[in-house]
Parts: sequence; structure tokens; C-alpha cells
Amino acid sequence: MSHEDHDSAQAGASSEAATATAERPTRRLERPETEWQRVSPRYIVVDMISTFITGAIVTTASLIPFWLGWEQGWMLGAGLAAIFVIVLAVTPRRVRSIGYLLRDDDLLFRRGIMFQRFVAVPYGRMQLVDISRGPIARAFGLGELKFVTAAASSGVLIPGLPLETAEQLRDQLVAVAETRRAGL
Amino acid sequence: MSEHTPFAAEPPAQPTASEPTAPEPTAPEPTAPVPPAGTSTVTDLADGEWHRLHPATPLFRGGIAFIAIIGVIIVNLRDRILELWFGYDDIDTGPGGDFEADAIDFLVREELIIVALLAALGVLLLLVAGFYFSWRMHTFRITGEAVEVRSGILFRTNRKGRLDRIQGINVGRPFVPRLFGAAKLEISVAGNDANVQLAYLRSRDADALRRDILLLASGARRESAASTSATAAHAGIGGILDERVHELLAPELDVELTEPKSIVRLSPGRLIGSTFLSETFIILVLMLVAIVVSAVLSGELFLLFAMLPGLIGIGGFLFARITRSLRYSIASTPDGVRVGFGLLSTTNETLPPGRIHSVRVSQPLLWRPFGWWQIAVNRASRSSQNGAAGQQQTTILPVGSLDDVRAVLGLLLPEAASAERQALLEQALLGSGPGEGGEFTVSPPRARILRWFSRRRNGFALSPEAVLLRTGAIWRGLVVVPFPRLQSVSVHQGPLLRALRLASVHAHTVAGPISPTLGALDVVDAGRFFDEVAASALRAAQADTSHRWRAEHQQHTESAGAASTAEAPHQPVVPPETA
Repeated sequence: MSHEDHDSAQAGASSEAATATAERPTRRLERPETEWQRVSPRYIVVDMISTFITGAIVTTASLIPFWLGWEQGWMLGAGLAAIFVIVLAVTPRRVRSIGYLLRDDDLLFRRGIMFQRFVAVPYGRMQLVDISRGPIARAFGLGELKFVTAAASSGVLIPGLPLETAEQLRDQLVAVAETRRAGL
Repeated sequence: MSEHTPFAAEPPAQPTASEPTAPEPTAPEPTAPVPPAGTSTVTDLADGEWHRLHPATPLFRGGIAFIAIIGVIIVNLRDRILELWFGYDDIDTGPGGDFEADAIDFLVREELIIVALLAALGVLLLLVAGFYFSWRMHTFRITGEAVEVRSGILFRTNRKGRLDRIQGINVGRPFVPRLFGAAKLEISVAGNDANVQLAYLRSRDADALRRDILLLASGARRESAASTSATAAHAGIGGILDERVHELLAPELDVELTEPKSIVRLSPGRLIGSTFLSETFIILVLMLVAIVVSAVLSGELFLLFAMLPGLIGIGGFLFARITRSLRYSIASTPDGVRVGFGLLSTTNETLPPGRIHSVRVSQPLLWRPFGWWQIAVNRASRSSQNGAAGQQQTTILPVGSLDDVRAVLGLLLPEAASAERQALLEQALLGSGPGEGGEFTVSPPRARILRWFSRRRNGFALSPEAVLLRTGAIWRGLVVVPFPRLQSVSVHQGPLLRALRLASVHAHTVAGPISPTLGALDVVDAGRFFDEVAASALRAAQADTSHRWRAEHQQHTESAGAASTAEAPHQPVVPPETA
């Protein structure tokens, strides 16, 4: 039982520390960094268009049973449509939550509001950098940059970068990775 | 090497006088696999010249199947041959034999028998020639920088692996080649199916070559590599058979090094016990019992036959697992950890230092009364040869006591499991709660709803060398990720965790059976984990020299100079403008 007490005391201490720094108990993951590089606002439109297209196709496909005579089949389509409308509604916030930060020796990447994710990747761990552009993104002059390490789970994919920014960032990442090269 | 055309029919001429070109028999001897006695035993194959493989290679690689096919054909034509020899022509060939008999009758009737025989002979010659040329064109060389293999007759392939990227060297001896004193050397570099295979070599050459490659790869100077490869005396003509028997029985052939002593002894009792107590085995047995019960109750006894495949499967599984692990050995060599498996077909893998990306020590529930543990690792390369019982060669210790675990961890992670870290490891394996010195940060009490029993065990500790993730009160587990191998770190939070003010952390390493993650941590602790691990990983990556593991002893000043030059051109990081 003494261990229990010790644990709760420790937990209390850590939440106190949290209140000391943030003035309130933090529920969300917060970072002290504030100067995040954000992706282009045009990416909101790109993301909404592609979500809309996917949603339209999926919803249409889900209505096939209804057309074939299943009376309650419309509920399936309606439910899916509602989900896609919600996704569309939160897209602007979701896109604004994507950010990256070039620190001295590593790249910090964040995304998500509901499902938050922060990643720190040392530049020296870079195996390659990919720039890819889908048809919609290309129409808006955007591209996405993928930073690949030896670990598949690193998953640093920065979407919605203007092409020149993406290329500049790629060249820069390659250059700094070269000076900070680490083994596997 | 751009001057070699991809279709170079002849490898460059061998040096004539300087080297006694022992591994280059000019006459093809695919049927005489035993090397001629009296030649020097340790040929320096790692001299940067092109060499050929064991002359019996085609036989081991595909020739055995070819002989089997001929055997099948002969068996099928048995009746025909009998008829030819004994001259009676009313053999009842049965319904299956009719077609074949018709074909041969047709040949005889049309007087095409000569043509057919010639055609068969031609095919045979073509095959033999193919085997011969594929052997002749299959050459390898080992330079100070890389190991390179060229093969193929029409479609040439040229594979080159950089020595400082070696992730492991595996000497495999499948049963039949092993009988003939051949072994294959597999040099794995990072990546899926990124192995450079030298199959097959003479057993002794394989061991000598492994040592040479490791020496070259380690960053030690070439001269010292040459000086250590003294030639061992050969037993003479009469000793060939002796030598075969010796090779077959010796667990590990190493010409130079005294045989490394295994630090773990796997007793057959423990091996069999752990196999019977594994969860897969128990599930299989339960399924069989269910079949038997339902067969007896329903009276449909033919159901019992349905379990025959299952029984055979279980038997095979048990046999494979036990024979593979029976001669298990793990030992420390100057060039890394050497793990050996196998009773009939053996594999022997050397993992140079710093090639282990994460280690998991786990204890299945049923092993707990016996205090048995299992150790698996993540590696950057994927070997084509399997380890114990068809498991990937990621299982380093199939089963062992706590002492074995300590010894093996000491080999795998010498820094992270050093003497002063033993208390921490003890706490990580067996303990729960934050520990006496508060080394472990465990989940807060409100995480009990997610971690019913393991709330106080679910936690992490950061030592200067590694991050330790401890999980599970019932199925105990511990994942150790050394900082120099850590690729990146992340922290996640979904809606459920947010409601509880919790977060989960992930340490990213190369893909493998282990994914180091820890859930249900306090949000503040998770943030601290993220910051500290990111900083430590950077520090460790800059100090790491294990890709040339011997260089730091030999050329300390040089590597320090290299480090400072690497330090010097640090570019300032300026974020590009977002338009």
C-alpha cells in the first residue's frame, strides 16, 4: 500500500508541475515550441476536394443495395454521407494542425486534433526524401514531402507544401543530413 | 567497377605466380565434391581478386533435384526397361502405363528411337554444360570496401554489399552439403532480401572467410588481418575422412579463434518442457482433444482420420523446434555475438556490435512457474534462413533462466546491460512500481481502467545508454532500445487517452517482431519521455562508431579527427518560407 501512496503522490506532483507550467491541468499533448511552420492554406481546399470525391464515390456505392430493393438501405448511405460531412467540416482545423519545425539536429512534426501525433526525427537518420504530387494538389501547385528513415513507423509525411518550398526543404534536409550523418 | 561489361564472359585472369590458386580447379569436377587433399587449407579468399565457389555447388543448389527427376523417370520406365532386357512383351502396364507405353511404342514404330535418344542426350549435355558454366560464371571477390558476387549465364547479376554496412554473417550448413564438407556464407546488409550469398564454399574456407570479412569490416587494418590468418596444417591424404567426421561433429569450426564457449547451455529437458508449454502447442492439443471427444460422442470414428494431418503437423513442429534448438549456442567473439542453431542442418550467425536495434525479453504465462524467459531482437536485415523451429532468426534465446537472460543481454547490449545496470534490469524484468530510486515512471492510478493488472508495471526508464519499456503483469515483457539505434520517437493521444489525461509513446526502430510502444502514460510524463529520448538519441547517434567497431581502438585519434571534421560543416538550419 505504501507503494500506492508513493505512486499517487508522484502523480500528484507531476500534475502540479503541469499546472505550474500551463496554469491548468493539461489534457492535451502540448509542446513548448510555438514557431511551427504550417502547411499552405490552399491544402485545405485540396484536402476537401479529395475527401468530397472519395465521399461521393463511397456513398454512391453504399446506396446500391437500396436501389436493388433493400428498403432500409438508404440508412447506410445517409450514415456514410454524414460521416463524410463531419470530416469535411473539421478539415480546415485538421490541416491547420499540421506543422513542422526544423530544430538544430532534428525535425519535429505534428499533426491531428482528435488523434494528436508528435514525431522527432534526427536529420542524420534520413534515408531518403520523397516529393510526390497528386493531380488535385498539382492543380493547386502543391506537393507532399515524405521523410523516410530506416523505421517504417516514423511516418513523417508533410502534405500541402508549395512545390518550391518542398524542393527547397528537400535540398536542405539532404544537406543537413549529410553533415550529421549517423549509421543505421 | 564500371569497366566490367555486364556480359563479361571471362573473369579477369587469376594471378599466376603470387598465389597458389588452390580454389581454382581448372577441370570441372561436379561429381567430386571432396577437395583434393594437400592443398593449403586457409586460402586468403579476401584478397580482392575474383574467386569461384565450391566445385560441387551446382549439385547442391539444383543438381540434387535434377538427379531426383532422372530417378523418377527411370522408375516410371521400369517396366519398359524390364521388357527391353527380358524380352517379354505382354506386361500388364495398367491404365496409368498405357499412355507412356504408347509414346514409346510410337517411337519404336516410326523408327525414331535414335532421334529420341540423341535428343535426350542433347538435353542432358545442355544441362551439364549449363551447370558447369553457371558455376564458372559465378564468382565473388572481397575487397577492403565491399563483397561482390557475379552470377548468371545469359542474365548476369552483379551484387555488391558494402562491408561497413554488414548486419550479420551467417554460415549455414544444410544437411547434404554439410556431409560433403560445404557451407554457405550469407552476408546480410540492411534491407529485405538484401543478402549476398556465397553458396557453397568449403567448410573451412567459409569459417576463414567469415573471420577475414569481419576483420575487414571492423575497420582494423588490412595488415593485421593478413597476419592473423596463418595457415593451419592439413592432416594429409588419409585424414580426409577423419576430417569429414570431425567437421560433422564439431559444433563450430573456426580455424583461428579458439572455439568460443557458449555462455548458455540449453538442456533438452528445458527445451522440451518449454515447447510443450508454449501457447501454440496447447491450442493444438486442445483442438485435437475436441476432435477426439466429438468423434467418440457422435460415434463417427472416421473423424479420427481427419486429425491425422494435425498430428503430423504437431509432430513436425515439435521435431523441428527441438532439433533446431538442441545444439543452440551463443558466444561472444571479438567481432560480435555468435548464435548457433541446428542439429542436422546448422546455422551459425555472427552479429557484429551495434547491429541489434531492439531487444525484447518476454515471459509467457505458462513459463512463469519455471522462471523461463525468451529473448528476441529486431535487426535491419532479414535472413532467408530460418532460426529455431521456423521462427525468423530474431529469436536469440529460445528459452532460458534469469541468469541466462542476464548473460545474453550482456552480450547483446554490452553498454546498456553492464554491471552497474544490473539492478535496473532486475527491476525491469521482475519488479513493479517506480522502484526504490524511482527509476521507472509508471502509469498514474487513473490509468487503471486501461491497465487492469499491470498499471504499476506499465512504465519506462531511461538509462544513459538505452530506453527500457516495461509492460505486462501477466505476460511480462521488457523492450530495450539502445539510443544509438533509435530512428525516431513519437507521442500519440487519441480521444480516449485525452479524456484520461494520458498519452502513449513510441520509439521507432527498424521493422521486426518488436514494436517498442508504451501506452497509458501521464501526459506530462509522455512529454518528458519525448524530449529526453529525442535528445539522448541525438547524442548517442553522434558518438556512435559501431559501424567500424574495431576502428575506435586502433585509430582512436583518427576517428576523433573524423568526428571533428564531421562536426565542422554544420549548416545552420533555416526553414524555407511557406508561400
